[in-house]
Amino acid sequence: MLHTDLLPRDTAVNLITADGTTVHDEAYALPDADTLLTAYRGLVEGRRINEQANALVRQGRLAVYPSSHGQEACQVAAAMVLGDRDWLFPTYRDSVAVIARGVAPAEALVLLKGDWHSGYDVRAHRVAPQATPLATQLLHAVGFAQAAKHRGEDSVVLALCGDGATSEGDFHEAMNFAAVFHVPVVFFVQNNEFAISVPLSRQTAAPSLAHKAIGYGMPGQRVDGNDVAAVLAVLTEAVDRARAGGGPSLVEAHTYRMQAHTNADDDTRYRERDEVQAWIARDPLLRLRAHLTAADALDEDTEKRFAAGAEEIAAAMREALNTDADLDPEDLFRFVTTSRTPQLEEQWQLLHGELERDGLAHAAAATNGGQR
Amino acid sequence: MSIAEHDTRPAAPADTAPADTASTETGGTAAPDAAPAPATMTMAAALNLALADALAADGDVVVFGEDVGALGGVFRITDGLTARFGEDRCFDTPLAESGIIGTAVGMAMNGLRPVVEMQFDAFALPAFEQIVSHVAKLGNRTRGGIRMPLVIRIPFGGGIGGVEHHCDSSEAYYAHTPGLTVVSPSTPQDAYSLLRAAIASPDPVVFLEPKKLYWSKGEVDTTVTAEIGSARVARDGTDVTLLAYGASVALALEAAEVAAAEGRSVQVVDVRSLSPFDDETVTAAVRSTGRAVVIAEAPGFVSVASEIQARVFERCFEYLAAPVRRVTGFDTPYAPPKFEHWYLPDVDRVLDAIDTLHWDEDA
Repeated sequence: MLHTDLLPRDTAVNLITADGTTVHDEAYALPDADTLLTAYRGLVEGRRINEQANALVRQGRLAVYPSSHGQEACQVAAAMVLGDRDWLFPTYRDSVAVIARGVAPAEALVLLKGDWHSGYDVRAHRVAPQATPLATQLLHAVGFAQAAKHRGEDSVVLALCGDGATSEGDFHEAMNFAAVFHVPVVFFVQNNEFAISVPLSRQTAAPSLAHKAIGYGMPGQRVDGNDVAAVLAVLTEAVDRARAGGGPSLVEAHTYRMQAHTNADDDTRYRERDEVQAWIARDPLLRLRAHLTAADALDEDTEKRFAAGAEEIAAAMREALNTDADLDPEDLFRFVTTSRTPQLEEQWQLLHGELERDGLAHAAAATNGGQR
Repeated sequence: MSIAEHDTRPAAPADTAPADTASTETGGTAAPDAAPAPATMTMAAALNLALADALAADGDVVVFGEDVGALGGVFRITDGLTARFGEDRCFDTPLAESGIIGTAVGMAMNGLRPVVEMQFDAFALPAFEQIVSHVAKLGNRTRGGIRMPLVIRIPFGGGIGGVEHHCDSSEAYYAHTPGLTVVSPSTPQDAYSLLRAAIASPDPVVFLEPKKLYWSKGEVDTTVTAEIGSARVARDGTDVTLLAYGASVALALEAAEVAAAEGRSVQVVDVRSLSPFDDETVTAAVRSTGRAVVIAEAPGFVSVASEIQARVFERCFEYLAAPVRRVTGFDTPYAPPKFEHWYLPDVDRVLDAIDTLHWDEDA
């Protein structure tokens, strides 16, 4: 392979322009109409989930929500390109991808609600737990794929991160390990231009984040992250290559974080409103709607049906998050180690005694002093 | 050049395991399928044998790290494993500690039982985030949905003339972290049995190997099992209990010998499991003598030695004839090789501590 074959294009792969017209690309085919319609449904739902989650933060039902409004094309495509046996390693901003993979919204949001550190069955959904340190999960993804290869499975791991994470040491180590051991991982960077307040120019001096791939000996590609057709095409190619034994690759999506980092962040301190406004014209949802409508692939009934489905999801989110979970204080001690240490047992007895004294002992806890 | 590459060459290759020698020594009368008879070997050889036996017993066990393949590890603990089990089971990684631990996390999530080597204690620090934020917490984060059957082997401590960053005692960092099991053997037998137990454990284990004792010899019976979380009475005595772990156990035993010659009966407890901690054995031991000294190489301030001292005070106060003392490393960065003999706890320092334990009041 010529080393230049590892280099990304000078401009991001784009199959549907901002006004909905298609672009011919020799290397990447436009996904078929059914696939795009499925993606559109995902975008509608993803947008609604982001809106509802923001509202739940304002109502105090979620502690915090890192919105992916504007990045829904990346989120939905990440879930769509994976098969049942594949694994997704998300970040904290990838709740919509996690939900698109099949996790119930209320379970996906447990971390942000504060009921526990993660709320879904990672094995059932093949989605690694979300966590807040940056880039650490990329190494887990690589090891996971290494084990899959070791066991002769043909599953692929899709590892997500943002532009800020590419500055972390673990990003480098993950790329390097993946390339050296030639494992079936696709690294998918959602470059949304900001790591909280710090712009991309302070994260890297590279021509693009996708250019980093060649330094590790793997191919990199850049894609318009607001064009779900292009993201699907580029990620599918990368996943297929990984599954066929072609090793890891890096895909950088150029997108934009339309909202603040979280509700705790004031983005007017570090970026101009004009910049945000300019990205509205590139909205992934409006773009695909324009394309599908022009292609007669989306009628009003379908649009209404998708909207109603998204409303149902939002209603279920409201109901689930407006309900206080039945928390068992013993859970503090239950999962620290597989069998509880004598020290933890002693501490649970202390807390249990306090609860009993206050008449607050949990019914289940009162009858079960330990799991051993 | 690693300071580990000095004169001694500790471990025999796994496929010339000392068990055969032992059979010969005992007349070779054991039935072919009987358990091998105990054999005398170094701690390094015992660790190598434990890794080999674990690899042979369970196809999901993988061993990796820096220089663990062809070289067999800078301390030769993995000697012969790649040759015997293949590159898939024992392999070298890029030189990146966070990468080693982080990928081990993913492997553990996907059904393997990784045993990784950190080469030297201070070299594990780039992996600290992975160890503390993920290895220790993933089981809890996922409400037990993910287990971390991962062993992190760390050659620890000094006494080998190592240069800076090669002789630290980092156990307090790990023992302070909920979710991590932290153990340290002081004999070849415990090295073998504890390492097998650590690899079999469904929880992550930080396995601290006292470098100074790698070449110490002892009998190893591969049928002996160890329970993680238990301390061991290494020497009986009635006047004072020395509490130690790792290389300090050897020092405690040496001090006990000297004290015995001076007429004091010294008990030595090898704490062995730093977390979880065996309060029962330690409490019973100290209550039986009424005096205690904790010995460790690490700086004493906010240390495992402090924790042991506090626990003994809490549980044994009314049995104590004197305050529990600590003999530890100084609160300085680990000493350069030519200062090491001033830094490290030694027999005199232990005996001096014993002498302060209010003996006159007993008379």
